[in-house]
Formats: sequence, structure tokens, C-alpha cells
Amino acid sequence: MAERALGGIRRVGHRAIETVWRMGVAARFFLLTLLHSGICFRRPQLVIREIFSAGVLSLVIIVVSGLFVGMVLGLQGYETLQTYGSEEALGVLVALSLVRELGPVVAALLFASRAGSAITAEIGLMKATEQIAAMEMMAVDPIARVVAPRFCGAVTSMPLLAAMFSAMGVFGGYLVGVVLIGVDEGSFWSQMQAAVDFRQDIVNGVIKSTVFGVAVTIIALFEGYDAPPTAEGVSRATTRTVVTSSLAILALDFVLTAFMFRGA
Amino acid sequence: MERTTLDLWVGLFVVLGILALVFLALKVGNIGTIDTTRTYAVTARFPNIGGLKVRAPVKSAGVVVGRVGDIRFNTQHYEAEVVLNLNSAYAFPVDSSAAIMTSGLLGEQYIALEPGAEEKMLAAGGVIKITQGAVVLENLIGQFLYGKADEAKAAKPAE
Repeated sequence: MAERALGGIRRVGHRAIETVWRMGVAARFFLLTLLHSGICFRRPQLVIREIFSAGVLSLVIIVVSGLFVGMVLGLQGYETLQTYGSEEALGVLVALSLVRELGPVVAALLFASRAGSAITAEIGLMKATEQIAAMEMMAVDPIARVVAPRFCGAVTSMPLLAAMFSAMGVFGGYLVGVVLIGVDEGSFWSQMQAAVDFRQDIVNGVIKSTVFGVAVTIIALFEGYDAPPTAEGVSRATTRTVVTSSLAILALDFVLTAFMFRGA
Repeated sequence: MERTTLDLWVGLFVVLGILALVFLALKVGNIGTIDTTRTYAVTARFPNIGGLKVRAPVKSAGVVVGRVGDIRFNTQHYEAEVVLNLNSAYAFPVDSSAAIMTSGLLGEQYIALEPGAEEKMLAAGGVIKITQGAVVLENLIGQFLYGKADEAKAAKPAE
């Protein structure tokens, strides 16, 4: 009995030490990636390829979900605002919730599952097929050649995707609110413009999405780079990327929101 | 440098992203409405500013003519000192008065400027002397109750 209890405690301790250890390795990996990011400017062609696979290929899912999220916000917002007789504030509601929160957060969640998982699977498979080891053998630094361009590409894509998500969402809210339900078009836009501040709302949204982009990309890259070189190891690493980066996005969002919109 | 179709797609992606940002800034946000115009600052002291916030609008006859630039506490007069950044296109007489109003029933608070009759105009660094602070609901209820009590007192001898 005591033996089993001891074993349980030992396992918990092992897991805790293992987690902290991995955290340290991840931090070192992050610093190394940043140090090697200079290659993004020396060989932009590498980054272009990564922007294509992380950004352009995520375009469809981002645009379509942005449109639908905006349309749902328009419908739900109208239902609630109507009871207070202030349907004209629909534009404010849709724009503020998209630009401040939903745009960066939902776009980052989609980005993590669409692009983050692909990055992890790709690097994990490269490791499993010993391409990474081969590069090291040829004195090519895999961090500079494989990791850093993906980092730059994904981090530049993320704010652009979030902006597109918000813009499509506002358009979706406009479609449902103004075209379908018939809220007055003039007050829809003018109230929105009066309430949404460039510095306070839009720039903060861009900052948020950049931070999420860095977090998602570094988690995806590290999980791929650290994956056991087996089929099961890569599949587990891909799952972990999506789970960890989604949690990281939501936790970071809370911290950033607390900093940005406190009182004001 | 050789060109590939990849470059075209990435270029399109970047252009779309920047277009979305410009749309957000210009159509959704309020960049370039009043911030880009030249302003001059005047100050006004209020006994109570209520819920007035920095960047709240300053309106005259309902038209936005400026924004609240800064709010601080003046320890000499023990009053709130509000800096108003007024649009240079509008000049106001030195005896203009400022009052803190609420837009709608639950709306945010703004400053209403009532132009005076003087020939001299307010310049940068000027002070608006006639002010009326925000209405505090508790004081209003208090006044109402005292008023009722006085009414009752006045009515008694007549019985």
C-alpha cells in the first residue's frame, strides 16, 4: 500500500521535473531561434515559402470563419440590443468584440490548429526521417535553415490573418445587421467609428495577435523539434501543439487584456 | 531575381492583410477624424467631473469641436483641472462657459461649450472661468428630499 502511494508521488514528481526541464529547453530553443532569425533577411525566399504555407493556405478558413463569427455576432447582438431599444449600437458591439478579442483569439486558435499542427508534423517527420541529422552532418545549422524561416513566416502571417478575420467579421455583422435585419446603415458605421479607437483598440489587437503568433509558432516548432522520431511520437507532438498553444493563447489573452484595457 | 507563382500568392496575401488593417483603421476606427487636425489647449476647473474621461468629446451646439486632453487635480483650488484640446478651426469668446453633460440616459459624459459674448477670443493656454460640474445623482436626490421637507414645513402653518 505504502509502496503504491510512494510510486504515485514519485510519478508526480517525475512529471513535474520533466515539465520544468522541457520548459528550460524550450526557452533555450526560443533564444536560439531569435538569434538565428537574421537569416530571414539574408534569404527572404525561404520566408516567402513559409508565409505561403502558414499564411496563404490558412486564408480560406480564416476568411470564412471570420464572416460567420461576424454574422452570428450580428444576430445575437441584435436580439439583445433590441430589448434596450438601441439596435444602432450593433456596429459598436460587433466591431469592438471582434477587434479587441475575437479577431486575435479565434484567428490564433484557428492558426494553431491549421498552421501550427502542420509545422509540428513537418519538423517531426523531418527528424524522424533523419533529415535534421543529415543537415547537422553537412554543417548546416537546422535551427537557421529549418526553424528560423518558419518562425519569421508564421509570425508575420498571424497579425495579417487576425486583421482579415476582424475585417471579414465586421463585414459579416454589416451583412446581417444592415442588409438582412435593416438596422440604419449610417448610425451602424458612425457609432462604430465613434467608439472604436485606433490606438486603444486596433493597435492593441495587432499587438495581441503578434504575441499569439510568436507563442503558437514557438510551441509548434519546439514540439516538432523535440518529438520522439517515431510515428507515434510525431502524432503525439502534433496533438500537444494544438492543446498547448490553445491554452497558451487563452491564458496570454487574459494577461494582455488585463494590461491593455484595465480601467481606461 | 527570378519570380515564382509563390511570390504572387504571398504578395496577394500581404496586400489583403494590409487592406484589412487599413479598413479597420479608416472604416471601423476613428483615425484621421480629429486627431490629425491642429488643436489649441485651454483649461477649465470643475468642482466635480463625475465620470468624465480623457478623450471624451467637447461639443458646442452638439458638434464635436475638440477632445479632453488631460484631467488632473489642482491642489491650490482643490478642484479638478481639465485640459480641453479644441480644434484650431473654431475660436470661442473668452467668457464662454463649460458644463459637463451626459449624452442620453446612460451615455458617456462630455463637455458642452456655451459661447459667450466677448469680442476677445480664447487663445492657447487660456482658462474658461464659468464652469458647471457634473450632476451627482446623490446630491440631486438630497436636494429633492430637502425641497420636499421645506414644502411640507411651509404647508403646515396654512392648515
